[in-house]
Amino acid sequence: MSEDAKIKITIDGISTEVAPGTTILNAARMIGGDVVPPAMCYYSSLEGSGGKCRTCLVEVSKGSEKDPRPMPKLVVSCSTPVMDGMEVRNTTSARVLEARKGVVEFLLINHPLDCPVCDQAGECHLQDLAFEHGLSKTRYEFKRREFDKVDIGEYIKLHMTRCILCYRCVYTANQLTNGREHGVLKRGDAAEIGTFIEKNLNNDFIGNVIDVCPVGALTDKSFRFRSRVWYTKPMDAHCECTKCSGKVVLWMIGDEVARVTARKDAYGEVKDFICNECRFEKKEKTDWIVEGPRTISKHSVISANHYEREIPKHTILLNKA
Amino acid sequence: MTRKLLLENDHIEGIRTYDVYRKNGGYRSVEKALKTMSPDEVVEEVKKSGLRGRGGAGFPTGMKWSFLAKPDGVPRHLLCNADESEPGTFKDRYLMERIPHLLIEGMIVSSFALGANQSYIYIRGEYMYVLQILEKAIQEAYANGWLGKNILGSGYDLDLSVAPGAGAYICGEETALIESLEGERGNPRMKPPFPAVKGLWQRPTVVNNVETIAAVVPIINDGGDEYAKIGVGRSTGTKLISASGNINKPGVYEIELGVSVEDFLYSDQYCGGIKNGKKLKACVPGGSSVPVLPHFLVCKTATGTDRLMTYESLAEGGFETGSMLGSGGFIVYDEDQCMVKNTWNFARFYHHESCGQCSPCREGTGWMKKVLHNLELGKGKVEDIDLLWDIQSKIEGNTICPLGDAAAWPVAAAIRHFREEFEWHVNEPVLSQTRNFGLVSEKSFITQTV
Amino acid sequence: MEELKPNIQFPQELLDEVQRSVNMFPEGKQKSALLRVLHLAQAHWGYLSSDVMDYVARLLHIQPIEVYEVATFYSMYDTTPVGKVKLEVCRTGPCMIEGAEKIISYIEKQLGIKEGETTPDGLFTLKAVECLGACGYAPMLQAGEQYHEHLTEEKVDELIAMYRQKPLANYMGLKHD
Repeated sequence: MSEDAKIKITIDGISTEVAPGTTILNAARMIGGDVVPPAMCYYSSLEGSGGKCRTCLVEVSKGSEKDPRPMPKLVVSCSTPVMDGMEVRNTTSARVLEARKGVVEFLLINHPLDCPVCDQAGECHLQDLAFEHGLSKTRYEFKRREFDKVDIGEYIKLHMTRCILCYRCVYTANQLTNGREHGVLKRGDAAEIGTFIEKNLNNDFIGNVIDVCPVGALTDKSFRFRSRVWYTKPMDAHCECTKCSGKVVLWMIGDEVARVTARKDAYGEVKDFICNECRFEKKEKTDWIVEGPRTISKHSVISANHYEREIPKHTILLNKA
Repeated sequence: MTRKLLLENDHIEGIRTYDVYRKNGGYRSVEKALKTMSPDEVVEEVKKSGLRGRGGAGFPTGMKWSFLAKPDGVPRHLLCNADESEPGTFKDRYLMERIPHLLIEGMIVSSFALGANQSYIYIRGEYMYVLQILEKAIQEAYANGWLGKNILGSGYDLDLSVAPGAGAYICGEETALIESLEGERGNPRMKPPFPAVKGLWQRPTVVNNVETIAAVVPIINDGGDEYAKIGVGRSTGTKLISASGNINKPGVYEIELGVSVEDFLYSDQYCGGIKNGKKLKACVPGGSSVPVLPHFLVCKTATGTDRLMTYESLAEGGFETGSMLGSGGFIVYDEDQCMVKNTWNFARFYHHESCGQCSPCREGTGWMKKVLHNLELGKGKVEDIDLLWDIQSKIEGNTICPLGDAAAWPVAAAIRHFREEFEWHVNEPVLSQTRNFGLVSEKSFITQTV
Repeated sequence: MEELKPNIQFPQELLDEVQRSVNMFPEGKQKSALLRVLHLAQAHWGYLSSDVMDYVARLLHIQPIEVYEVATFYSMYDTTPVGKVKLEVCRTGPCMIEGAEKIISYIEKQLGIKEGETTPDGLFTLKAVECLGACGYAPMLQAGEQYHEHLTEEKVDELIAMYRQKPLANYMGLKHD
């Protein structure tokens, strides 16, 4: 097959053509909209990620043109390559919706219900997932798993109780830093992200673990409890940086840079990772060339504040109080 | 008289040592294969034999071997899965401890068939003393020219080592075994790619159970056709069964596939019947993962035919009324045993052994364990039984590896067949703590359409 | 580079054993020897302290976190101190129906400790463990490399007396008399 050859895939009745080797999830993302399965652990720029959370399970109702038999089990769309003529059912499959509901419940039984005090609220993928697919009541009657909060250096707070063990931060440290110092310890539902002995994670790129974390397990210590994210105003900005692309989002409160993150796409993924200096050290507006307001999906709570208007700082403070 | 192919010389004193093993016909299959056969001919014999994986899945071994990718210049590996950890199963330890050279002989012939020059036996860490027995036997095999360079002047080289695990049932899953052998956590890999294409160190790899590899020896010695004559239908040859629980004669037995379950359970040649003259309550015929059978479905299928010790007959009726041969871990329960407690015990095992990678297994196994413990203690509600059913149904089929299914099936089967005992635990919270429920009532499955 | 702890060093005989373990694998795949080397380290030092694990990481040219991840995954490794003799009683399925719980309570009574604890003299640790592959010979326990099967209260008494005299049972993976 030549390199530009395309193969056909149909997801929930919508067909498209993709390059061989494309996964079902990425094919769905090319189509966009409701056919895209949710993903909590897959991260396209992190090699080896995916397959763990099981939220992206889909039904393959036709294997391929050559072998049209359906696949007996649901498959993870993030890691299953498309075959020519494949037919996939996502939201049109009752089996998928039922399984997904189960996965969401599994992810939530040991997740604390601390959204009101969690910095990730408003940009939390688990919150979105639970809202769209979850039950409104828990059937879990036991004590939830709890861990102590851990400082893993001057920049990052690890709140393991919220972790869903997506492994993204481990892959990030593996692939962006030399000499990974944190990892997954223990096993089963006792498994935890940690450093084992007290460690100060200060590699130049370690701050990216905050951006890849789908929940509020890894947060930016310089931003913790400063503001709800929807009270800040995201602005695209850049700077000349010798270590990274320098392309960031500034989360502003008035004229103050409250937080700096990398730029996330529609699926919450960062393509250009940024260095710690850009993220943690450049907190003056004058450090940056501001490009303009960042486009935020109108479905996101972050867009609720009509941030395109200049919001005076004191208004924010009043809202906070 | 039952033919024994693996444990034929089990009774001979000193069979663990090279000299005695060799005197009793050991290593003949290596001579035959390396001197008179091509690797493909060895594969062909194994295909003809109908041998199926003895670790639990029952996949045809010859077919598995023929899937092995053979890209030029890339080494291939054969790994022996000696991570025997399925509750109820202890046959591989028996075989390795008693006749280590049989496994080594099988490894040589199988490695030759696959074109592997470096093979490993991955053994569970708890079997450390068996590892030492194997290492001693391997030393003897090297010293006598059966391992190393240019074996028997055939030009074929093979190095064989033993690698220990360190306490993890999950490493019996072949991709977790590979991860562990690479010095990693035993997290199963996603498939594809399958080990036959990308296994150990991303090289083409075959993983076979101890008993499977040992069975290659008689297959090559006597021919695949001869092996296939034993057994019934697609269940050919002999099988090691680990028998445990409330029986008179627990232990490891080599049976010809096709022996009736009744014969196996009650005859003096095998289990010798239920201990202390008690009644049979239930049986898990293939290791803790397979569905438990209530007393009235053990020796007979739902249609009333005799149940046989074969892959097909034990599975007859599907999960509604059947079970699986699995790894051959035959656990027998008498009327005094509590199925709620036993199900909780197994659920605790799977919770303990979940690697924690994927959410349904990581979270679901612990949840089931807790709900079952409440039921066992008489603190459960009737709705808990339905909740359990729902949890297991959301784990099954939705996980990275088969551990999720293995955790779900025993729970599902226990509820399916012993629901009245579960309900009794709810309705009699005090009585159920001091007495046992006894036998569940017999149901007719013939008229039932599920 | 962090400072080497001078007291953390295998004796030559064990370094040879590490080398033999590494030699079982192709060049560059020395991490494959990790599980065995951790068994050796635990046998030698009694448990895997972070210093010991850092030493193992250096021996195998891997990151310390890679050792911590593995050491905390497998149930046989102890990352905190345990008694000289670990009595590990199987409690799964067939062992349960043959009375594993009674054996555990009996040992608890005899040693004056609870499951999971170590005697004050540091001699015994009692653990309930999952299936050890001895279902037909239940109830059973493992002490170091030794399997002790068909347990009765009398047999437990004998074992405790025996290990009190010769507390070698934790030396998993090391050749010893």
